[in-house]
Amino acid sequence: MSNADLTKTTAEQARAERTRCGRCYRPNVDILEKPDELLVLADVPGATSETIDVKFEDGTLTIHAQVEPRQDAQTQYLLNEYGVGDFHRSFDVSEAVDAAKITAEYADGVLTLHLPKAEAVKPRVIKVQG
Amino acid sequence: MVRNMFGIPQPWQQFRREMDRLVSNVFDYIPDGLLPAGARSLPALNVWEEGEALKVEAELPGVRPDDLEISVVGGELTLKVGRPDVEQADVKYHRRERSVGTFARVLRLPIEVDVDRVQADLRNGVLTITLPKTEAAKPRKINVTSG
Repeated sequence: MSNADLTKTTAEQARAERTRCGRCYRPNVDILEKPDELLVLADVPGATSETIDVKFEDGTLTIHAQVEPRQDAQTQYLLNEYGVGDFHRSFDVSEAVDAAKITAEYADGVLTLHLPKAEAVKPRVIKVQG
Repeated sequence: MVRNMFGIPQPWQQFRREMDRLVSNVFDYIPDGLLPAGARSLPALNVWEEGEALKVEAELPGVRPDDLEISVVGGELTLKVGRPDVEQADVKYHRRERSVGTFARVLRLPIEVDVDRVQADLRNGVLTITLPKTEAAKPRKINVTSG
């Protein structure tokens, strides 16, 4: 491989990195704690279930939703009050969560995540004998 | 990072432009006394012309068609949104950023639209309203005669 080829590859990679989250928005979320699970509701309008990526790794929950522009880049807006782009947000989950049982559903632009608590932290009623 | 002649990174310029627009528009489009008490002037709107129609778009995650009320009267588009609360018993909130309640927005339409052919489409939390222009509002080529 020649030197020129190397330079080109590097430049392309750099560009790809930069544009990956060129327009990223922070979705609004609700995080609710129930006795047996954590419930995360995230507003990610304009995404589809195929373009949403949810990861749980080392106690960090990451939500990424890819949203393509819905209008041409040349569109002349008479009113432009919000931007359209990917959604990205991550959380440190301190609660012990059963990662294998996490489920996600997407409807009406809202992503709902169920994070069941690990058995060890679920409230338990201890019977007093005597 | 791409910089313009003043050395300000482009994403910041874009951000500033958006913020400027946001601030200037919010105050322009709320006729006093038209909003029901307690209703906030939301949602944010994007408005543009596309072919022979005016398009109005809003991001309304969690809203279903039944929660929406859209009307066009006297050159004004009124959008009322009731976003249901998910209040649940035996729950502790760690974060609560998603807004709930009733929102309303009145937009004075810049062109005359055909009220009978207005369409609204709600998909994945994005509402798109298509307001076709009336014949009178469509651009017309004027022939210049000389003689």
